[in-house]
Amino acid sequence: MLRLRSVYKCFARGTSYEVNALTGINLKIAEGDFITVIGSNGAGKSTLLNIISGTMLPDKGMIRIDNQDVTKKAEHCRAKYIGRVFQDPLMGTAPSMTIEENLVLSIKRYGRGLRLGLNNKRREFFRNKLAELELGLENMLSKKVALLSGGQRQALTILMATMFDPKLLLLDEHTASLDPGISKKIQAITQEIVKEKKLTTIMVTHNMQEALRLGKRTIMMDRGRIILDISGKERENVTIDYLLKQFAKLRKEEYIEDELVLA
Amino acid sequence: MSWSLVFHAIEQGLVFGIMALGVYITFQVLDFPDLSVDGSFPLGAAITAKIIFSGGHPLVAIFWAIIGGLMAGGLTAFFHTRLKFTNLLSGILTMTLLYSVNLRIMGKSNIPLLGKITILDNIKSLFPSLTMDQLTPLLFLFIVLLVKILLDYFLSTEIGMAIRATGDNEQMILSLGVDTKITKIIGLCLSNGLVALSGSLFAQYSGFADVGMGIGTIVAGLASVIIGRSIIKNGNIVWMTTSVIIGSIIYRATVMIALRYGYHFGFQPGDLKLISVVLVVIALTFPLVRGRVKAMVMSNDSSSTEKEQ
Repeated sequence: MLRLRSVYKCFARGTSYEVNALTGINLKIAEGDFITVIGSNGAGKSTLLNIISGTMLPDKGMIRIDNQDVTKKAEHCRAKYIGRVFQDPLMGTAPSMTIEENLVLSIKRYGRGLRLGLNNKRREFFRNKLAELELGLENMLSKKVALLSGGQRQALTILMATMFDPKLLLLDEHTASLDPGISKKIQAITQEIVKEKKLTTIMVTHNMQEALRLGKRTIMMDRGRIILDISGKERENVTIDYLLKQFAKLRKEEYIEDELVLA
Repeated sequence: MSWSLVFHAIEQGLVFGIMALGVYITFQVLDFPDLSVDGSFPLGAAITAKIIFSGGHPLVAIFWAIIGGLMAGGLTAFFHTRLKFTNLLSGILTMTLLYSVNLRIMGKSNIPLLGKITILDNIKSLFPSLTMDQLTPLLFLFIVLLVKILLDYFLSTEIGMAIRATGDNEQMILSLGVDTKITKIIGLCLSNGLVALSGSLFAQYSGFADVGMGIGTIVAGLASVIIGRSIIKNGNIVWMTTSVIIGSIIYRATVMIALRYGYHFGFQPGDLKLISVVLVVIALTFPLVRGRVKAMVMSNDSSSTEKEQ
């Protein structure tokens, strides 16, 4: 389904701000898999998603989606495979357009034409879809998205990202900036849609408990590398404590390595 | 205020309204401050004057004026999307080079069209019972409404919505599979095509084309958009385009009043551009000032109620 082979990405190369965001990432994801990604700030989680979605192109390496080489394909060309929800609720919707217009934007990923975007059939379809969210959005079709709350906007974004049954769903801490109550609701909506459509999903999260509870496989990233990749039985027996210890241990080893080099 | 002034304001407001709709597409819809309109307005006029002066049919002249405008917009889009220049620089480059192009087209800095057959004369011959004073505003109203309705429709199509989303949230629409280079190209071509159409009609209406007639087009267009928006708040596309046309008429009326009665205050015709900038500033700060005044009134109210308590 998704395959990354020795992917490298470096920012501000050759300057004193040089950051190696991804250093030789190898990743293979099977169809229907649900993967959670954890790691500290600057570990390369968001860069990983940006590289997969095509927002950034890698310096080196290869990316295949569905056996298609997309390494050099621009973001809008990959959009037919990928649905994406960002951390910032403002990023996934067009604020000065109405809810129904935003939904129109999401039903096609290519081949938009000179047909009117809205008709009664589509409105009815949108109304049903929105009703499933149980947020009352179905009665606000012609309301501007700018008037919605963060949670409502994020729910709309999820609906839009999955409208076209993407081959791959990328969730970038999509509940992190919402308050706890609505955050739970958004997560529930997400899980429901993922389950119903059997979407292959990569979810970045800061919440370790969530990372272990949801999905089937967990990846831990640090300084641009994947340092832990657990699934199945092994993952079931893992506790947050263990993860933290493992993380600290790996960090320590690295410090020792650094010290040796510097000595 | 005399009736002829009102009629002239409406006529001009309608002709320039087409230009304002063009500016609306770039400035408001695409969020792209496109200065090339200062060049594409006289481009439309220059092409039209040249063709009509050499004996061509006005409709042919209008057709080529629009094509010229589309190409001018395409050039700005090329600078921005392919060569990666900023939107401002792209517009400035096109505007500047169009000055030379317009001089080349006309061969001199001014072509008079007095005594030549224009589109107004063509239409007049179809309706012999109407006088020119009656026909001109009607014809311009018809053309503006036609442009407006077509534009309303276009912006409601799937492509049109993708163009609007480009100006609203580019990252989002990229992730939904729209090549924003293409939407920008379409928007810029369309915008400059309309501006050139406006220039073509204005040249036929005023009876000349001048290489300097485009100076300040962008400011006039912006003024129309902003004035319109401060009057009609509805964000629906149909209302937005309506507000732009109304804004254009109000802008022209204000300018004409300033020109007609301004001499009492020592204004000269050359002060026109200064006046138009002052108008834009007022229209832009109007909501801000109104908000402040409101806030002041409210705080006064609350302080007085506090005293009562």
